Amino acid sequence: MKIIVCAKQVPDTNEVKIDPVKGTLIRDGVPSILNPDDANALEAALELKDKSADVSVAVLSMGPPQATYMLRECLAMGADEAYLLSSRTFGGADTCATSTTIAAGIRTIGAYDIIFAGRQAIDGDTAQVGPQTAQRLGIPSVTYVQKIREIKDGSIIVERQLEDGYEVIEVKTPCLLTAVKELNTPRYMSVSSIEDAYKAEVNIWDENNVNLKAEDCGLKASPTQILRSFAPAPKGKGEILTGTNTEMAVSLVGKLQELHVI
Amino acid sequence: MIFTEKHDLIRKLARDFAETELTKDILDEIEETGNYPTELLAKMGKAGFFGVKTPKQYGGQGSDYLSYVIIMEELGRVSAVTDIWVSAPNSLGGGPLMLAGTEEQLNKYLRPVATGEGIMAFALTEPGAGSDAGGTVTTAVKDGEYWVLNGRKTFITTAPVADWSIVYAKTDKTQKGSRGISAFIVDMKLAGVSCGKSEHKMGIIGCPTSDIILEDVRVHESDMLGEEGKGFSNAMKTLDIGRIGVAAMSIGVAQGALDEAIKYAKERKQFGKRIADFQAISFMIADMATKLQAAKELVYRAAQLKEINSPESGTAASMAKYYASEICNEIAAKAVQIHGGYGFIKEYKVERIYRDCRVFTIFEGTSQVQQMVISGNLLKK
Repeated sequence: MKIIVCAKQVPDTNEVKIDPVKGTLIRDGVPSILNPDDANALEAALELKDKSADVSVAVLSMGPPQATYMLRECLAMGADEAYLLSSRTFGGADTCATSTTIAAGIRTIGAYDIIFAGRQAIDGDTAQVGPQTAQRLGIPSVTYVQKIREIKDGSIIVERQLEDGYEVIEVKTPCLLTAVKELNTPRYMSVSSIEDAYKAEVNIWDENNVNLKAEDCGLKASPTQILRSFAPAPKGKGEILTGTNTEMAVSLVGKLQELHVI
Repeated sequence: MIFTEKHDLIRKLARDFAETELTKDILDEIEETGNYPTELLAKMGKAGFFGVKTPKQYGGQGSDYLSYVIIMEELGRVSAVTDIWVSAPNSLGGGPLMLAGTEEQLNKYLRPVATGEGIMAFALTEPGAGSDAGGTVTTAVKDGEYWVLNGRKTFITTAPVADWSIVYAKTDKTQKGSRGISAFIVDMKLAGVSCGKSEHKMGIIGCPTSDIILEDVRVHESDMLGEEGKGFSNAMKTLDIGRIGVAAMSIGVAQGALDEAIKYAKERKQFGKRIADFQAISFMIADMATKLQAAKELVYRAAQLKEINSPESGTAASMAKYYASEICNEIAAKAVQIHGGYGFIKEYKVERIYRDCRVFTIFEGTSQVQQMVISGNLLKK
């Protein structure tokens, strides 16, 4: 079985600040990390590999050349191959152009059974690239996968997270699944696997390697136009009530009435 | 120094591990009970922390001394006692084997030590032979295919839980001082081997230390480690690696103390402002950070020189151990000072750091022994 994992290197938003005037992220000096949901996607693939020796896992990313660092981290966690789509032509891509490029990369890697992606990246938070990629490849996708129940011959049964529960879906393979953090706990690398990761090759591909025309990539192929971006005002601290259950309930009702909520 | 990406990734592994696994609750429980959780040791083994430099063919990770230093630094930043568990197999347990073990000994003993499946203690110190290891009076007398060992080793880290111990004993009483000492791998289950009571220590609680008593212990000649009479040189070379280990834990623990001092200085308000805004405090922090950075450079350099087996590596290891352990104590003391009364209270991290690091200027050669080594190397030229 061949699994391809889509991963993105993102700024660690725990340490990122927002420019109050422009409303954009200040990325200077902020460390770049493997997007957290993508680590869950990779872990899901590696767990399948643990169970069966014939599973091979390739990781694919799009980004600047320094994203190879994140791909080596994926190799050190246990991935077998790593591919980076990197070219100036890919710059300025919105999710539409990004998914075109990712899909071309996947086609170039070759046959696959499952594609795992994270639910969304912590920098853009769009959650669009996964499903869009599936659409371009003409395969079904299931988002918000919180559990893999069973791998069958030609299909997979998964649980899809909902706000108040989950739904069970059987989907034909090949398919694309996006992972939420509840799916698993990503494993640690090991010292020896880090050593191996730096002896392995990370394949770097540009638009020619994946048979794309320049006009189908990057800013030129991005219909999204940003009218305005802004930082939402902080909510302020909540109030925590204390006391017995009865006291807290009485106090809560009083406060809600004061605010005319009830 | 500027690290390569590979070493950055090693640091990420160790830091993620420390921040996720070494939680306050777990560390408090270790301190209260004196027991280090076996599940945590198993996780560290899986991450490869016990055989960093050990070749892969013997169950190790095939990495380098700089990786070892970085791992010790990041784990020590959160927990000093964790560093003792990591340094034991990497230096004192695995070191003598890697230096002198036969193929059979490496497969039998080094492999489990590197993976964490077995624990190897290092028994050099005796009640009357501390810094002066040449004063060893434990004896080994040949009897057919066996050596018969008698004596007492003291302050042996992990002895109560060890599967085996490297024991240094005098095999030729006609030789004086450090000559005529040989090394043996002693199975702790052999008849005549026993441990004293676990010592009640000031710090690094959670890694037991005791005496090992040897009474007519029959060790097969195949368990002699290295050549007969070459034990002292094996022990001294092992201590070079051990000193880099203590130096690495010193910079890690000192970083932990500095982190806490900075955090507290920014939070604590007196006379209407943060105590960090008083020059008396801010200059203290500047000194702490500067000395720590200097110590780090010494430690990284010692690791790199050891990696290439430079003739200067012994001096470099002693300089790193001497300076890093001394400034670690200085930084910990200042961190307590910055915390004022709270620094004297066990709920605050610096209280434990202050006690834990006290032994750093003592074990694996006191600061004064490091001064002897450094000056000795300079003056013999």
